[in-house]
Amino acid sequence: MAQPLVKKDDDRDDEAEYSPFLGIEKGAVLQEARVFNDPQLDPRRCSQVITKLLYLLNQGETFTKIEATEVFFAVTKLFQSRDIGLRRMVYLMIKELSPSADEVIIVTSSLMKDMTSKTDMYRANAIRVLCRITDGTLLTQIERYLKQAIVDKNPVVASAALVSGIHLLETTPEIVKRWSNEVQEAVQSRAALVQFHALALLHQIRQNDRLAVSKLVTSLTRGTVRSPLAQCLLIRYTTQVIREAATTQTGDRPFYDFLESCLRHKAEMVIFEAARAITELNGVTNRELTPAITVLQLFLSSSKPVLRFAAVRTLNKVAMTHPMAVTNCNIDMESLISDQNRSIATLAITTLLKTGNESSVDRLMKQITNFMSDIADEFKIVVVEAIRSLCLKFPLKYRSLMNFLSNILREEGGFEYKKAIVDSIVILIRDIPDAKENGLLHLCEFIEDCEFTYLSTQILHFLGTEGPKTSDPSKYIRYIYNRVHLENATVRAAAVSTLAKFGAMVDALKPRVFVLLRRCLYDGDDEASLFFINLLLMYKSKFSIVRDRATLYLNTVGSDGEVIETDKVVKDFLFGSLDIPLANIETSLKNYEPAEQPFDINSVPKEVKTQPLAEKKAPGKKPAGLGAPPSGPPSTVDAYEKLLSSIPEFSDFGKLFKSSAPVELTEAETEYAVNVVKHIFDRHVVFQYNCTNTIPEQLLENVTVIVDASEAEEFAEVASKPLRSLPYDSPGQIFGAFEKPEGVPAVGKFSNMLRFIVKEVDPTTGDVEDDGVEDEYQLEDLEVVAADYVMKVGVSNFRNAWESIGPDFERVDEYGLGPRESLAEAVSAVISLLGMQPCEGTEVVANNSRSHTCLLSGVFIGNVKVLVRLQFGIDGPKEVAMKLAVRSEDDNVSDMIHEIVASG
Amino acid sequence: MDTCPSIKNILLLDSEGKRVAVKYYSNDWPTNSAKEAFEKAVFTKTQKTNARTEAEIAMLEGNVIVYKFVQDLHFFVTGGEDENELILATVLQGFFDAVGLLLRGNVDKKEALENLDLILLCLDEIVDGGIILETDANVIAGKVASHSVDVGAPLSEQTISQALATAREHLTRSLLK
Repeated sequence: MAQPLVKKDDDRDDEAEYSPFLGIEKGAVLQEARVFNDPQLDPRRCSQVITKLLYLLNQGETFTKIEATEVFFAVTKLFQSRDIGLRRMVYLMIKELSPSADEVIIVTSSLMKDMTSKTDMYRANAIRVLCRITDGTLLTQIERYLKQAIVDKNPVVASAALVSGIHLLETTPEIVKRWSNEVQEAVQSRAALVQFHALALLHQIRQNDRLAVSKLVTSLTRGTVRSPLAQCLLIRYTTQVIREAATTQTGDRPFYDFLESCLRHKAEMVIFEAARAITELNGVTNRELTPAITVLQLFLSSSKPVLRFAAVRTLNKVAMTHPMAVTNCNIDMESLISDQNRSIATLAITTLLKTGNESSVDRLMKQITNFMSDIADEFKIVVVEAIRSLCLKFPLKYRSLMNFLSNILREEGGFEYKKAIVDSIVILIRDIPDAKENGLLHLCEFIEDCEFTYLSTQILHFLGTEGPKTSDPSKYIRYIYNRVHLENATVRAAAVSTLAKFGAMVDALKPRVFVLLRRCLYDGDDEASLFFINLLLMYKSKFSIVRDRATLYLNTVGSDGEVIETDKVVKDFLFGSLDIPLANIETSLKNYEPAEQPFDINSVPKEVKTQPLAEKKAPGKKPAGLGAPPSGPPSTVDAYEKLLSSIPEFSDFGKLFKSSAPVELTEAETEYAVNVVKHIFDRHVVFQYNCTNTIPEQLLENVTVIVDASEAEEFAEVASKPLRSLPYDSPGQIFGAFEKPEGVPAVGKFSNMLRFIVKEVDPTTGDVEDDGVEDEYQLEDLEVVAADYVMKVGVSNFRNAWESIGPDFERVDEYGLGPRESLAEAVSAVISLLGMQPCEGTEVVANNSRSHTCLLSGVFIGNVKVLVRLQFGIDGPKEVAMKLAVRSEDDNVSDMIHEIVASG
Repeated sequence: MDTCPSIKNILLLDSEGKRVAVKYYSNDWPTNSAKEAFEKAVFTKTQKTNARTEAEIAMLEGNVIVYKFVQDLHFFVTGGEDENELILATVLQGFFDAVGLLLRGNVDKKEALENLDLILLCLDEIVDGGIILETDANVIAGKVASHSVDVGAPLSEQTISQALATAREHLTRSLLK
């Protein structure tokens, strides 16, 4: 603390003439505090010293433990003085010092004396101080006085006790709850604030008792609550009761009349609280809204900024759900655009954008243009988003809105703001065909002078998709080619890709694009090895390498400038969306060594990896070498693949289609823990039993799993691989392989028995006895279900994928799912039954919604793509109905999906 | 929003954004540097606005801040995002007017620092641990200005100024009834 003091003195110099605390220094003030010990106290002097100490604390100065203790003890001496002013400062000081428990004892008796003093000020303040610094044990001693204080004639004393009660309820609820009779009496107090504090405390005491809260509200809404603050509280409690009542009964909303009557209260804070409460009611009707909107509208033209702000903020929220209800306020709103307070102006504009009609758009845009230059980016983003939704609402007005967006795109602004604008333009181009050419040109102009690499690459990519489809694609070429010269490697690479797309899609441009791409070959950035790798990684644009990309595109376009048939593979490569998880490509590429054999993208597993949680429990157990089998159960797809291909018996099974998540075959905490992973091949199924021996005194040898496949007729056992020994806490794997008909999703039930020889082990020495006993251990049954044949593979755009598969093999049917806990529960049950990948976040069901649509995608065994659209509905007694639409490339598969649901 | 209205902090800064007196009731700003950073942000955001005739309002870091300026003093009251703005404004007005009464109309930084004890007591009487204690400026000032001697003390021991203060207290009391 010593070193900043010098600096502080410097700071103080500028304000020399102002401050009575000029040059104040902690050490000196602590010295001064010795006057507290004088036999003849000078109250004035002591007050000044305390003020100085409080000033230091307030400025952020801290006292060491010793200093604080010293000051505390000195201050306690001051209880001798009868000067009220000094006593008040003593109270403040004690609260600031927040003394420790053993220090508290020193002042307790003085404070308790003050609590029973005749002076109201003493009583009130002593209560607040004592309750602030006390702990539970002391509280029982003073409880009696506190209960008296709650019903004290003096409102200041009563309030002090009640507010202290509210604070104490957090630490010692059991004591405070005993005061509810007194608190109830205080609710009836004639003093406004006592009523407020009593109501707050009473509600907090009873908040977990719904019935009591409801009773409290019922009685108070009939009676008269004097304090506006208490009335605000009552409104909050009432809305809580309304919300809870609404879930159990329907019909007329209880207490609405009370809320509405509060709109005519004389205090503005109550009117506003009630209006806001009404707008936030669940499923509020227009009729209920109208009176609330009317009072808020009056507030809009108030002279008080706070009132205008409160009103416009609330109306802005209402406009999101009930835009029509707010339109009446539009004229008042428009005048707020020029409000001095920019927060109010922004809220007004965004509200207007939500409620405005087609004819007012142009006028509105004019007003906004003037306004945009003097608000902060955070407000601008809000406005841009509002304009985007307005444009989608009134597509005919795209011209003025698009112009507006392009204008603000050229002005100064940070990344988030620019991104919001670009995103908006892109969305408008997608959704409003007329806006396309205009919008693309705006974007082209923007990338001419864009400092954000991310935005440039996004725009270039977008140009590549949309540009070639326009009436005159050639006009974009110049903009794109300029990027190849003037930008960093990432943007250059993106520009090359875009050029190639133009070349591949527009025949007329091929020769010109070819010339341009040729030039790109001289790009200096060439740390390349394989163009394939780069190309794949361009999806993670940080590795993109321009030169090699240009080479590839030259191959695509045709090396001698002629128009050649671009074959499907290359086209897919350029334009198709990659349906392989990037993480998987990355791993595969890392393992790939440049050699004779080209990298085969089809060898990359398509399964979306799920994070193996169980794996994390046993860290640091890495396989010793590449040849050695891993010691822990590997659970990622490629790890499984590696493991299985290392076992000669399974090497001719072909490519692994899918591995299931581990299924537990034992209860938790049994002697032997076994789970199983189902590996699905085209003609085989391999069960991988992961076993752990949890008994330190045992060693298991010759461990096998005896599988009874009598309830799985289509399966025939072909191989099994027992475990020679299973020591304590060192997991091992047993495998069993079954043959099944090719490409058929055969299902069945398998019962399993663990058979082994047990040998005793001395856990202290590790010695193993020679003789063992044969033993068996029953495991739970294992099922192979249809979902095992479906692989989770996501699609990036479900609608496009759905359309492109087409309705040839569509199967639609409806199912009743019977009574369910909730819609969300039904949805997740069907998803796990089908074992498919939810798309576009549709696995999440909104709270309280009555219907839901869920989109799933996956690949069925035999590499058949399957898409599923599920529509759920729930009615009163939790009966869930479901409509299932399946599209796939094979009608058998579509039927199969229905079978899974029908049998599940 | 079923909870009691609560105040996160009350700030009294000078015209350069430096502290005159501040009081924090919430743990949103645990360290002194966090507090100072917040004060700086609030001050910068509001300094160019005109909050001299009517209280103004702004949002910052998910908080609603109402504020009012007089001379070289800036008064702020902060509440949560969902707090009723008018309740915050009432607290601000109570603080603002009470300081005006206590400083007898000479509301500026110099006067405030010279009577810092009154300002600190005033803060103490408005809000207790985030809960609004009192919003009526006359009552707040009355409680603070009862700066007299213990009622038990004989009248002769009072100085003239103390006697005046007692008289003023009696006056405000009688006004309230």
